[in-house]
Amino acid sequence: MTHESLVLSIILFAIGVIGFLVRRNAIVVLMSVELMLNACNLAFVAVSRQLMDMTGHIYAFMVMTVAAAEAAVALAIVVLIFRTRGAVNLDQINIMKG
Amino acid sequence: MTPLEETTFFGYLRWIPALPLIGFLINIFSARGETGHGRASKVHWIACLAPFGSFLIALLSFSRLLELAPEARRLTDTVFTWIAAGDFTANLSFSMDPLSAVMTLVVTGVGFLIHVYSVGYMHGDRAYARYFAYLNLFMAMMLLLVLGDNLLLLFLGWEGVGLCSYFLIGFWYEDPEKAYAGLKAFVVNRIGDFGFLLGIFLLFWSLGQKGIWTIDFHTIQAHASLLSPTVITAICLLLFMGAMGKSAQFPLHVWLPDAMAGPTPVSALIHAATMVTAGVYMVARMHFLYVTSDFAMQWVAWFGAFTALFAATIGICQNDIKKVLAYSTVSQLGYMFVGVGVGAYAAGIFHLMTHAFFKALLFLGAGSVMHAVSGETNIQKMGGLRSKMPWTFGTFLIATLAIAGFPPFSGFFSKDEILWQAYASGHGSTALWAVLWIGAAITSFYMFRLTFLTFFTKPRDHHLHDHAHESPSVMTIPLALLAVGAAVAGFLGIPDSWGLGHNLFEGFLEPVFGKPHHGGHFSHSTEALFVGLSVAAGLAGLILAWVFYVRSRDIPVRLARSFPLVYRILLNKYYVDEIYDFLFVRPIRVLSEKIFWKILDAGIVDDGMVNGTARFFQGAARLLRRIQAGDVQSYGFAMIVGVLAIVGFMLLQ
Amino acid sequence: MIQAIAFYLFAATAVVFALLVVAARNPIYSALSLIGCLFAIAGIFALNSAHLVAILQILVYAGAIMVLILFVIMLLNLSPEELGKPVFNTRKVLAVFLLAAGGALLIGRLGTKVWGSLPAADDRFGSIEGVGMVLFTQYLLPFEMVSLLLLAAIIGAALLSRRERGDRS
Repeated sequence: MTHESLVLSIILFAIGVIGFLVRRNAIVVLMSVELMLNACNLAFVAVSRQLMDMTGHIYAFMVMTVAAAEAAVALAIVVLIFRTRGAVNLDQINIMKG
Repeated sequence: MTPLEETTFFGYLRWIPALPLIGFLINIFSARGETGHGRASKVHWIACLAPFGSFLIALLSFSRLLELAPEARRLTDTVFTWIAAGDFTANLSFSMDPLSAVMTLVVTGVGFLIHVYSVGYMHGDRAYARYFAYLNLFMAMMLLLVLGDNLLLLFLGWEGVGLCSYFLIGFWYEDPEKAYAGLKAFVVNRIGDFGFLLGIFLLFWSLGQKGIWTIDFHTIQAHASLLSPTVITAICLLLFMGAMGKSAQFPLHVWLPDAMAGPTPVSALIHAATMVTAGVYMVARMHFLYVTSDFAMQWVAWFGAFTALFAATIGICQNDIKKVLAYSTVSQLGYMFVGVGVGAYAAGIFHLMTHAFFKALLFLGAGSVMHAVSGETNIQKMGGLRSKMPWTFGTFLIATLAIAGFPPFSGFFSKDEILWQAYASGHGSTALWAVLWIGAAITSFYMFRLTFLTFFTKPRDHHLHDHAHESPSVMTIPLALLAVGAAVAGFLGIPDSWGLGHNLFEGFLEPVFGKPHHGGHFSHSTEALFVGLSVAAGLAGLILAWVFYVRSRDIPVRLARSFPLVYRILLNKYYVDEIYDFLFVRPIRVLSEKIFWKILDAGIVDDGMVNGTARFFQGAARLLRRIQAGDVQSYGFAMIVGVLAIVGFMLLQ
Repeated sequence: MIQAIAFYLFAATAVVFALLVVAARNPIYSALSLIGCLFAIAGIFALNSAHLVAILQILVYAGAIMVLILFVIMLLNLSPEELGKPVFNTRKVLAVFLLAAGGALLIGRLGTKVWGSLPAADDRFGSIEGVGMVLFTQYLLPFEMVSLLLLAAIIGAALLSRRERGDRS
């Protein structure tokens, strides 16, 4: 089971990365990030079960908490950007272009 | 020639240069904006008391010197050890032997009188304090030069007086021409100093090769015999190059006439009595080297003679009162160099002393005249001033008689001695004497021309004549005192052979220069003949000048018209300045502008290195900027690529 | 046996929904797909005896975070035109390719059945009791720090979305 879980984790992570790089809507990008985080959680839990160490569960716990905090702040920023620039399309949000 | 081995410590010597230095420091830092008006003008009190104090101490030292036996007449005062490097030491130490005693007395005495004169002359000038400060600094440097015990101090004073000369010539620097004159003086001096330094280095190093590391005069003199004749000749010639620059001998004489842009008392002090004589002093001080090199002595003598004649011929056509005197100075310095060049060191120094008196007097008199005619310097516009300014006229006349060599004035004795030695001394020759003799006649001519045109005949510009007045006593009293010197100083140097007593001057200097070798195989009658010839030359000049400028005034005009080329060449000082400009100044300027400035400095350093660095970074930045695309996903992409690379690397291990 | 079937069921669900998240044009569809994906992952957690984490996943992740995201999507109220057309550029193609390769490499490297059989687990492992015991003893410091982090997030979010006076958007 551990092996299969890890393979699944890799696949989900890859899908998440592709979504992060490909999509232009900021919120969908954010969701891809959440997907990536979940894939990591899965990996933690699977290995933790194999090694019979609770540490993995604690890690997963922390990751979830951080994801919550990060989602809140990120969404606040997205709302702000939408307010000032009128779009959440990442192609239109590039004033930091060097 | 045994050097003065024994020395006596005399702690007051250091105050002779120190007092003017203190005066300089006080005046340069305080007293801004003083113009000599008002009761509270401390400036000129401080400035005049300093050289007076030095003069008093010099007199004290002189009397102390006289108390000692002739072979032991040397006072020293070592202040501290300046350089101590292994075998070599150089001290800040002063010493006074008969030679430097004479120089010190001349410098402080004449210098003090000129300071007093300046109080009147520079009255009301905006930069009154600065003037006196520089004048005091000059005194300090000149005294350092003559009292210094080693070549290092001499050179320090040498450079110092050059610097002060620059300051004082370009005193009214708001006028660019005057500022340029100061610059010219300094630069031409520098050229001479280049040779001077090489000479010092060669001397130091050559002695060092023999194991003696020193620059003290005393020690050098003791070991001079260690050097080979070629080296000594080279050293002498190089040192003379410095003298050529400082004492305005051909071809480095060009700065002196231009230096007349400075205030007249400056011309009197620096360019007549003291600074320009430093070259003569230096040769006299290093006489023990020159004496062993026949070639160098001939060189010095002939350069001096040539300059004497050359400058005299220029003087006869000049119309600016100060320029005539400037060329006269160049010419008389030539005489001094002939004196030391034929081995008659005492005669050369004697002429230096008498020249200080009458030339300073001439310059100060000219200043007095300029003061009276509101700054006009063209003698063609003057005339008939003798009734308006009797004191100035009287003293000026005495000085003219002295310089023309009329007995019993001082110039007669000193110049005649030089002429005699030029013929009779072992290093002299008839040709040398002839050049000097013709020069003497020409000297007398142009000096009387100057006097007649300025003081005699009818005034040519009545407006100037009406406003002319005698100068205040603060100016005329120094004139009078100098006139006394110009009149009677000659009696110090009556030659032995005249049977009127010893030549006091020569005897005094004997411990330094050794027993003078007179041309013993000449009879008294020969000597008397030459004396007569000298006086005849002076008379000829006087009569010719009187004819030309008093009797029939149109002769010089007709001569100028008949020989226009000659007249133009003389008037334009043989076009030496123009030649130098063409040969040196212009090429250097082109080189500096076109190559050094445009190509090297602006092109390579400014544009290539400084701006080029900026351009390089700008270009690099322009390229690197592309990395910042501004959107998050590119950054993420880069990160992913990086992570994959690391992971792949680790996996494939 | 049952476990294997359950696992593959949940795994397939997760992958399908994940692909939907990435591929859907409408962000609402993406969000809903993500919720489904999260549920599937929660199931896998449970299969791995991480019972508390599974429940928390549903409660917190799917229940709170995703709801928040849905709220924001609906708040933005984007019209279909604003969603924009898909654009292909080299970066995206390259990214997909690289990731596929990387993923395959990793999986291949993992080997088959390298871990061996699962050790026996008692009831306490992964339960509230088990997590609590470890959380409040060994990992007390991270626990406290994470609470500070949440405080900072609250303040930050509140500050960022404050309306300025007279700002109507």
